[in-house]
Amino acid sequence: MSFIRKPLNRRSILRAGAMGGVALATPTIITSRAWSQGYLNEPTGSDVVFGFNVPQTGAYADEGADELRAYQLAVKHLNGEGDGGLLNTFSSKELQGNGVNGKKVAFVTGDTQTKSDAARASAKRMIEKDGAIMITGGSSSGVAVAVQSLCQEAGVIFMAGLTHSNDTTGKDKRKNGFRHFFNTEMTGSALAPVLKNNYGTDRKAYHLTADYTWGWSQEESIKKYTEDMGWETVAAVRTPLGAGDFSQYLTPVLNSGADVLVLNHYGKDMVNSLTQAVQFGLRDKQVNGKEFTIVVPLYSRLMAQGAGENVKGIFGSTNWHWSLQDEGSKAFVKSFGQEYGFPPSQAAHTCYVQALLYADAAQRAGTFEPCAIAAALEGFEFDGMGNGPTLYRAEDHQCFKDVLVVKGKDNPTSQFDLLEVVEVTPRAQVEYPADMLGGELGACNNGV
Amino acid sequence: MDVFLLQLLNGLDKGGAYALIALGLTLIFGTLGVVNFAHGALFMLGAFCAVAFNKFLSLEVITTDPERTTAWGTPLEIRTRYVEAYLGDIGAWVVNYSVPVSILLAIPVMLLVGFVMERGLIKHFYKRPHADQILVTFGLAIVLQEIIKSIFGANPIPQPAPDAVRGAADIGAVFGFDPGVIVYPYWRMVYLGFAAAVIAAVFAFLQFTTFGMVVRAGMADRDTVGLLGIHIERRFTVVFAIAAVVAGLAGVMYTPILPPDYHMGMDFLVLSFVVVVVGGMGSLPGAVAAGFLLGILQSFASMNEVKAILPGIDQIIIYLVAVVILLVRPRGLLGRKGVMEN
Repeated sequence: MSFIRKPLNRRSILRAGAMGGVALATPTIITSRAWSQGYLNEPTGSDVVFGFNVPQTGAYADEGADELRAYQLAVKHLNGEGDGGLLNTFSSKELQGNGVNGKKVAFVTGDTQTKSDAARASAKRMIEKDGAIMITGGSSSGVAVAVQSLCQEAGVIFMAGLTHSNDTTGKDKRKNGFRHFFNTEMTGSALAPVLKNNYGTDRKAYHLTADYTWGWSQEESIKKYTEDMGWETVAAVRTPLGAGDFSQYLTPVLNSGADVLVLNHYGKDMVNSLTQAVQFGLRDKQVNGKEFTIVVPLYSRLMAQGAGENVKGIFGSTNWHWSLQDEGSKAFVKSFGQEYGFPPSQAAHTCYVQALLYADAAQRAGTFEPCAIAAALEGFEFDGMGNGPTLYRAEDHQCFKDVLVVKGKDNPTSQFDLLEVVEVTPRAQVEYPADMLGGELGACNNGV
Repeated sequence: MDVFLLQLLNGLDKGGAYALIALGLTLIFGTLGVVNFAHGALFMLGAFCAVAFNKFLSLEVITTDPERTTAWGTPLEIRTRYVEAYLGDIGAWVVNYSVPVSILLAIPVMLLVGFVMERGLIKHFYKRPHADQILVTFGLAIVLQEIIKSIFGANPIPQPAPDAVRGAADIGAVFGFDPGVIVYPYWRMVYLGFAAAVIAAVFAFLQFTTFGMVVRAGMADRDTVGLLGIHIERRFTVVFAIAAVVAGLAGVMYTPILPPDYHMGMDFLVLSFVVVVVGGMGSLPGAVAAGFLLGILQSFASMNEVKAILPGIDQIIIYLVAVVILLVRPRGLLGRKGVMEN
């Protein structure tokens, strides 16, 4: 007996295909998690899956590797393994080292490649295929903004990793997105007074700026605060991301009349531009009767390692540094150092803290429902995580805490001891009105 | 005027690097007909020869001081370099000159890499389409990159120039400019001289040695040279290895300018292919000329005065030049007629 009574033609194949498609889709629609669950990826078994989306290849791969180490350590501590790390010093005592909401924490990883499209694709995969309840991680504000937007659309919480552009919690902020890391506005307000004390108010600055969201934001903030204190901006030149050789951009600085070079670069770009600026003798120059000065607004220990001795004496800011002596920082450095044999970077710290803050909010909310967790994080005040008393501001989901101004150390004692903290700028000095950076949080999305 | 001259120097310097990489690419294409997308990886491997040599020289005797502990509670390690512990000032001198001295390591390593690569992989793709060659060599480049990343990490590793040539020279004063107006890093001048010397050496080798004469003949007409009883394949293997050495040496000497990382080869690869195409596929003088030309144009396009008129020109100038040259003269500046014109 044949089920095909007529000869096959294009129309009958199309019709059969459409009917088959409907038939195959029907059980999926009926049993879809979207219909049976209260929110997207609601965990039903004994595990809850976190999605760690970090750069495993590309320019920030080393930073990403450190972030991943921190996340793995956070998972260990959440599940009651290891020494507990910051759970011991965290002011909230909800997490007991027995998982979150009675479920053991599992995780999946994705590679952002420091590219927005790749980062979105890996986050999407973790949400749709692996059932990740939240996404965290990233290095680069471009990536953070893109992934935050995807998480908002999908209906999961995004806990940003290293992202410093104002836009992440400014014009591109989202109700489902949260940032622990500081931003360029805070860098500007913390760094400017230190620059004034060390170099005076009569200075001419030349900016070289990475041509993407973070660079623009950094340039704008530093210009704003240095011009307010009397510095003149001679020029602000955009350089392509990953330019490699910056010599053609440094050459005009030499005889521009500027006596300060501000490098609004990060990662490999900063390593290259600073190395080459020193090669061109900029640090040995005298201009306008003053010693020529270089400023690197955003530092990281990994960048300082790449730039070697060129960082000596150069000021910048950082979110956290392993040499801090508060109980939280000491606990994290001890835990991370014993696990991996070297101190954590600021990227590792912010990512570890974000994972714990998410878990704590879920525990306090008693659910993994994104909107309940968002509500638990909004306006949450905490301490013991290494940055002093901190507030997750409800209006823009930006953390407010003390900001560190650091300087390249003249006599480092080890390959990790490259930066010294010269000032801890109090939180009150770096706070700004919630509506200053624009943007709208919009509505929370549970994904159903 | 001073900025103009400085940009000219920058362009020559950058052009030197482009020319060295493009020279190797052209040698390989001209002799073997292979489009080698792993050539940037050879540049990167050369740079990591310098890193490896420096790491070797920096091997340390590690003792612990139980009285002092690290921030994470383990005994503090006290590190002393073997080379300085046993050789004193001579050891310190060798470490200081590790970049130029590592050329001695890079030459045999790159020769070996070239031989193995050509015999082990490339030769199987001679008769395959260019698309296959590109895919396999690009894949090889990624494999090499990942190997280097797994050994050395992804963070750039600083390789300072020797103390004697660190910093910048006041070259303007020599030509009557005011002091401090035209200063240029010593090492970049060393690099420019080195690039010129390597390019001259390759040309001399091809021009004035019997081996070079046979290779040039083979580039012109491979079949006829083969009919004369000359084992041209073997010589082409040597040429591939020489091209690897040229790329490797370019990488070694570039390390003080650009702290090496595993991805540096890819950053140069695309630019170098543009250089080869602009110069003319298979033309050695074309590769050198186009390398310097594009390096200089790129530098001038980055001047603030130029960007004020044409924003973003610095990022597209070399592709713009490539488009114009290929439209006007499809075989490239000094390319041979018929090569890659179809």
